[in-house]
Formats: sequence, structure tokens, C-alpha cells
Amino acid sequence: MITLLLIFFPLVAGLLLLFVKGQQVRNIALGTAVIEFAILLFALTQYQHGDTIQFDANYNWINSLGIHFHVGMDGISLLMVLLTTFLVPIIILSSFNREYSKPSLFYSLILIMQFALVGVFVSLDGFLFYIFWELALIPIYFICLLWGGENRARITFKFFVYTLTGSLLMLGGLIYLYLHTDGNHSFDISALYKASQSIDAVGQGYLFWAMFMAFAIKMPIFPFHTWQPDTYTVAPTQGTMMLSGIMLKMGTYGLIRWLLPIAPLGVAHWAHLAITLSVIGIVYASCIAIIQKDFKRLIAYSSIAHVGLISAGILAVNVQGVQGGMIQMLSHGVNVVGLFFIIDILQKRYKTREIASLGGIRNLNPQFAVLFLIVLLGSVALPLTNGFIGEFLLLNGVFQYNAWIAAFAGLSVILGAVYMLRSYQTIMLGETNSLTTSFAPLSGSEKAVLLIVCAAILVFGVYPKSLMDIAEPSVIKLVEGVKLAMGK
Amino acid sequence: MKALILLSSLGVISLLAEIFSFKKLLYPLVLLGLTAAFVLNIGEWNTNITYFKMMQFDNFAIAFTSVIIVIAFLWFLMAEGFFKEETSLTDHYALVLFALVGAVLMVSYTNMAMLFLGIEILSIPMYILAGSNKDDVHSNEAAFKYLIMGAFATGFLLFGITLIYGATGSFALEEIKNAVANPGTVPSIFYTGVLLMLVGMAFKVSAAPFHFWAPDVYQGAPTMITAFMATIVKTAAMAAFLRLFDTTFLRVAGSWSDVLWVMTALTLLVGNITAVFQTSTKRMLAYSSVAHAGYMLLALLAANNYSNPAILFYTLAYSIGSIATFCIVSIIVNAKGDDGIHSFNGLGKTNPLLAGIMTIALLSLAGIPPTAGFFAKYYIFTSAFMAGNVGLVLIAIVSSLIGVYYYFRIIIAMYFKEGSHEEVPLDINHKLLLIVIGFAIIALGLFPDCIIRLL
Repeated sequence: MITLLLIFFPLVAGLLLLFVKGQQVRNIALGTAVIEFAILLFALTQYQHGDTIQFDANYNWINSLGIHFHVGMDGISLLMVLLTTFLVPIIILSSFNREYSKPSLFYSLILIMQFALVGVFVSLDGFLFYIFWELALIPIYFICLLWGGENRARITFKFFVYTLTGSLLMLGGLIYLYLHTDGNHSFDISALYKASQSIDAVGQGYLFWAMFMAFAIKMPIFPFHTWQPDTYTVAPTQGTMMLSGIMLKMGTYGLIRWLLPIAPLGVAHWAHLAITLSVIGIVYASCIAIIQKDFKRLIAYSSIAHVGLISAGILAVNVQGVQGGMIQMLSHGVNVVGLFFIIDILQKRYKTREIASLGGIRNLNPQFAVLFLIVLLGSVALPLTNGFIGEFLLLNGVFQYNAWIAAFAGLSVILGAVYMLRSYQTIMLGETNSLTTSFAPLSGSEKAVLLIVCAAILVFGVYPKSLMDIAEPSVIKLVEGVKLAMGK
Repeated sequence: MKALILLSSLGVISLLAEIFSFKKLLYPLVLLGLTAAFVLNIGEWNTNITYFKMMQFDNFAIAFTSVIIVIAFLWFLMAEGFFKEETSLTDHYALVLFALVGAVLMVSYTNMAMLFLGIEILSIPMYILAGSNKDDVHSNEAAFKYLIMGAFATGFLLFGITLIYGATGSFALEEIKNAVANPGTVPSIFYTGVLLMLVGMAFKVSAAPFHFWAPDVYQGAPTMITAFMATIVKTAAMAAFLRLFDTTFLRVAGSWSDVLWVMTALTLLVGNITAVFQTSTKRMLAYSSVAHAGYMLLALLAANNYSNPAILFYTLAYSIGSIATFCIVSIIVNAKGDDGIHSFNGLGKTNPLLAGIMTIALLSLAGIPPTAGFFAKYYIFTSAFMAGNVGLVLIAIVSSLIGVYYYFRIIIAMYFKEGSHEEVPLDINHKLLLIVIGFAIIALGLFPDCIIRLL
């Protein structure tokens, strides 16, 4: 029941929101998102630690094809839903310093997108998963198209076609798997898992690529990333936050929930190439990030680097790697939302995102400088921030797979520190220039968002165990199962 | 059968309306008649009645007849304006209704003679209606082209039927099927006949490389008639194609499946790629309709137990989506006098409802969840996958992506481009119709089971 409520509450609220007029609509949207988070917290209290699927709901949907409306959460799903429901209120709150045209449509699309995202993370039926997966694309496409920046029509369309290409390949893979299920065929996740055992290594290789392409484009992994920097840059701040904070986790979640168990032999054969691509992406994106002039674009590239490490850790198929991936998904979500918000604050005040044109802001507002610094340190994975534990586990996981690859992957930490600290230095330190003569004080909503983000960074940096415990049993079960199927 | 009789009598009655002058009553009468025909048709479900070995109202026929009647009903609601002209009003009614009779024959025949009659009863009114905008050169051109090309197709079809008759000595599908039960003894003219019929049917469903008439005819004909051709004619032709090739000619599939494979691939690619370069929306929709024929051929080629429900659902989803798009295109053409894509500029600001429904319809035609068009495509892909046509599925996936490109051009124009700030006038009937269709597209996408379990 709780799962159904979590899925449909934002949808209903989002649709009703269309009929509300005026700027007060954002308060209602915020209220909805907070209630949704409260529901999730309630679910957390009801959660029994273990590796089973809980809050299960299973209804017949398209009977003649064995398609079910089957949703439920284990620890992995629960953490992803936690991330979604935690970030959406922050994202809505972060929009309070702006007045968007057609606010009811804007907030409605955000809530409908939340509906689709939660749906992706709790689906236990292949067809349902695909529907939610695609559904998430439509609201974000319109958010970017209607409220985005320059050149948005071309760029968002590229984004749409890119992700749709991946999705259709995944659909092909799912149908292929579906036709291997017993009897009258079924899309239920357990039936699909079982069907994959009857497919030989070559077939699983095709399956691996069909699914991996979809996830790789979504995350994105080098060389499928070319849509990402443009889209992140052109999207409105909230759209970028949804894309980078939550939506890219659909890809990494897909790796864990669908790719590893469905194509273990494919993973055994192709993971080396996929991990190599991920690691190339880390180094490549970090290097490009260093030379970026636009701060938003820099963060977009840094996101490719971070997600490359997550992907490499997961594909290494060991408990540390996958567990690190889980934690890093949460940390990256929180940090990147914080960073994009800081860019939004700067852009709102100075009408530019060019790093070199800013400077000396710390002198004007030390409070903002401290908050910025915390978010930044979280993002470069300093110990005692949330980024550290995830990156540590991920590197540990990759190291167990191959020490050389881990050495290159480790560059992400160093290069990350280079471009992040350099930008901080240019923007915040030094002397003020003609542009940065003053800094309008942070508004209440801006302060609130930054404080929540910083609190999350510090709390989970100091005490990550609370989160790790939720997913651990499920991760162990999953990894053991996959390893067994891989014949290790 | 009752539906067929009712539709025929409705056609005759509308001719009489001119003499007994109850022209005003005709519109409600036709809507009522269609409703009654729908009910009567559903009443014959599972009865499986055969008429003189000429027609059989099996569930296949009933299901497709229902789709045709439902679409015709929506079409009449949309096309009210088409029946305003005093002088030719009753002719228009009669022609449309007789075309429907032909369509029903085409989905229920069990004899080649009935197939031929059905196609002709459908086509002749369409030739006239395509030219019904008498003062317009393009409309005349459309009618003439349609007639010439249609006559060619009919020629191929008849030649095919003749050869098959020569080889088997029968027009009845059942006897033809039995006659070719043993492939070793089939005379070679039979295969020639099958291929000629394939060409004839490909003309009718506008499959490449026999699609060249479609864009000119679609663009030139009055928009309402284009909508009729794109929906009802296509549904009937596809069902006729399916009924012939997936039952009667299934045993000799080896002789036509390779040809159809190539035709399907060509149709998908040519339809979608050419549509990209169109600036007229009507012409673009014409090419998109060619492409949609390609998707349906995918299931026809698969010839497994998914084929019938897949094509049934596809025709319904595609027709409903097309009715919505053509309705909006005609509203825009009336308001702005131009069917170029730029006519849609700024529609999202001036008419949010119109733009919203158009978006839903286009998403459905492009096959994006959760719309009916997505499930239709999914089902077709599954059917083709099951038959092992993986290569074709990949081509279909690529062409779907190309399809997204041109459908989204309209969406981008509506929401992104600046246009005139004048609101496009929209009467209440069309408004209601569009809202209903919008909901139907989503509902069919979410609950497809109610349709696909029928066959």
C-alpha cells in the first residue's frame, strides 16, 4: 500500500496542480513533496532489515501478455526512493527565488516526473519498468523545452532522441528475454531472472549491450555522453537538478537491478570493456572539466566523471563496489543539487556563469562561502563528508577487480580536487572585481536549501552506517546471486 | 451482417433525403444509425455466421467492423463541416456510407469475388470524394491520380485472382487453401497470382514501393477525406490483407514472405525518412501513414497468434491518433489558410488545449508511453520478434526514432516558436471530441487488454 501511495500521490497532486492559478502553486507543490517525504520516512520505520522485497503490491494488468502492475521495495529500491523524495522538496524549494512563467505547469511537471522516477525505482515488472522509464522522459523534456536557455529546442531534442534510442534497445532486450520465459510468458522480474538462465553466453552478450546502452546513455558513460553537457547547461536550474540529481540514477540503478542479474554471463564477458569505457570517461571528463570556463558546464562534466566511477564500481560485481555505488548515488545526488543551486545563486546575482569573471565573493558574504565550501568538499570526497565513503568503497571495489584500472579511476579524486578547488579559488577568494562589487544577501529559501544540503553532507559523512545498513543485505544477496551465475 | 445491411440502408436513405427533403435530419440519423450498427455488430460476437460461402462474420470480422464503425462515428463528429454544402450534401453522406459498406465487406469476405467487390465499393466513392472540392485544382488532381493508381492496383488484383482461379478452380478462400495444402502439386501460376495480389494489396495499404500516390492524394484531397483515407480505408485494407495472407496463403508463405520482408523494410524507411523533409503537415502525415503501414506489415509478416490482435490494436490506436491530428490540422488550416508546420507556431500559448491534445496524439503516433501508440508498437515488435524477424525489428526501431524527429517538429513549433497571438477559434463540438479522443489515447495505452484479448 505504501508503495502505491508513494507512486501515485505525486501524480494526483501534480495533475490537480494544473488547475491552481497564481504563484501560490509553489507552496502547494512544496507541501506535496514534503508529505511524500514524510510517507517515505514512515515506510523507513516500517522497514524490516533484510534482503526481501517489502511493501509488495501485485495486480494483474495486461493479463493476456503476463504483464503485472508489480511494485515493491527492498533496501536498494528504498534508498533510491529516499534520494528521490528527499531531493524533490529541495529542488522545489530552490525555485522559490525565481518566478517562472506558467508556474502551475512547471510544478506539475516536476511532480509528475517524481511519480515516474519513484515508479522506475520500485517496479518489479519489466514492462512496467519500461513504461516508467520512458514516462520520466516526457516531463523533463518539456521542462527543458519550455523554460530552458538558448538553443534549447535543438539541444533538448538531441537529448530526447539519444535517450529514446537507448530505451528502444532496452525494449528490444526485454522482449527478447520475455520470449524466453516459461509457458504463456511473463514480464515479472523473477520470471525474467529465471529466463536469463536459459540463455547462452552469446545471447546474454546481446542482452548485455541492449540494456547497457540504455543505462550508459542515461548516466551517461563515455562515449555516449555527448548530449549531457549541452542539456545540463541549457536546462533551467531545477531541470538540471532533476536530471543530474535523480534521473541519472535511473541508469546506475538499472545496472544493479536489471543488468547484473539478467545478463550475468554477458557481464562476465563484456564488463571489462564497459569498465574501461567508464574509466576513460572519468579521466576524459575530468580533463575537460578543468578547462571549462562556464561553471555549470564544469559541473556537468564532473558529473560524467563521478558517474563513471559509480558505473565501474557496480560492474566490478563485488559487495564493496555495488555498496559504494549505492552510497555514492545518494551523495552525488545531494552534492550536485547543492552545486547547481550555488551556480543558480551566482547567476541570479551576476547574470553570468563564467568562472573567470567572478572573484572575491567570500569577502562580501562569508556565510555563503562556508556553505559553498562544504558542498564543494563533499563533492571532492574529503573524509568526514558524504562523498568520501562512497568513493572509497567504489575504488576499493574497482581495485579488487583490477589494480591498474583502479589506479586510473583514482585520478578522479585528484583531478576532481583540481578543478573544484581552482574554481572555488577564482570565484570566492582574491579581490572583488567590477562585477562583484556587492552580493545581495541570501534569501530565506536559499539559506534553507543550502543548510539542508550541507547538513546532509556532514551527517552522512560522519555517520554513513545508517544508510549503508538499509541496502547491505539486498546488495549482498544480489551480488552473491550474480557471482554464482557468472561461475565465480 | 446486420450492421452491413443497416449501413447499406442508411446509404440509400441519405439519397432519398434529397427527394423527401429531410436533409437537416440526416446528420443525427447517421450518428444514430452508426450507433445502432455498432450494437448490432457486437451482438453477433461469437456467432460466426457464414453467408453463402461469400462472407463470414467471425470474431475477426466483428472486431474490425467495430473498429471501422467507431472510427467512422468519430469521423462524422469531426467532419460535421464537410456536410454543410447544400447542393451536394446527400451525395456526400451516401458516398461515405457506401464506402463504409465496402470496408465492412473487406474485413468479412471469404471469397475473392467479395474481396474485389468490397475494394471497389470502398474505392469508387473515395475517388469521387477526393475530388469533392471541385474548384480546387489540387483536389481534382488528387481524384484523378487516385483513380488511375487505384485502377492499376485493381488490375493487378484481378489478374492475380484470375491466375489463382486458374490454378485452383475456385474463388472461395477455404477451397483455395485446401487446394494448395500440398505444395508439391501447386501449379506455378498460383504463385504468380499470389504475388500479383500482393502488389494489389500493397497499393491499397500504400506500402512502398507502391506508395507514390499517397502523398499527392492526401495533400490534395479535402482534409476530412484525407482523414477518412488514412484511418478507415487503411484499416479495411490492412484487415483484408491480413485475412488473405495470414490464412489462405499461409501455407505458401515461402513464396511471398521474402518479398514482403523487403517491402516492409522499404515502407518503414521510405515513409519515415521522406516524412522528415516535408513542410506541409498533410503531406507529412501522408508519409507517416505510409510508415505506419510498414509497422503493421511487420505483424502481418510474422503470421503468428499475435498478428491479429496486434494489427487490430494498431489500427485502432493509429486511427484514433490520426483522427485527432487531422481534426486539429483542419482547424488550423481553416484559421490560418495554410497547412505548413509554421502554422502551428505559438499554438501552445494561444490554444493550450489544442496544443495539449495534439501533443498527446503525436506522442501516440510516435509511440511514446503511456499512449496507445506505444503499446501498439510494442505488440507489433513482440510479434515480429517471436517470428524471428530481429533484423526487421531493428529497422523498425531506427525508423521509429526518425519518426520522433518529424512528429516533434510540430510539438517544438507549438511550444517553442513564436507565432501569431490570435487564438484559433474552436467550436464546442470539436473541443469535446478532442478531449474524448485525448482520454481514449491514454486509456487505450494503459488498458490495452480490453482490445487485444478479443482476438
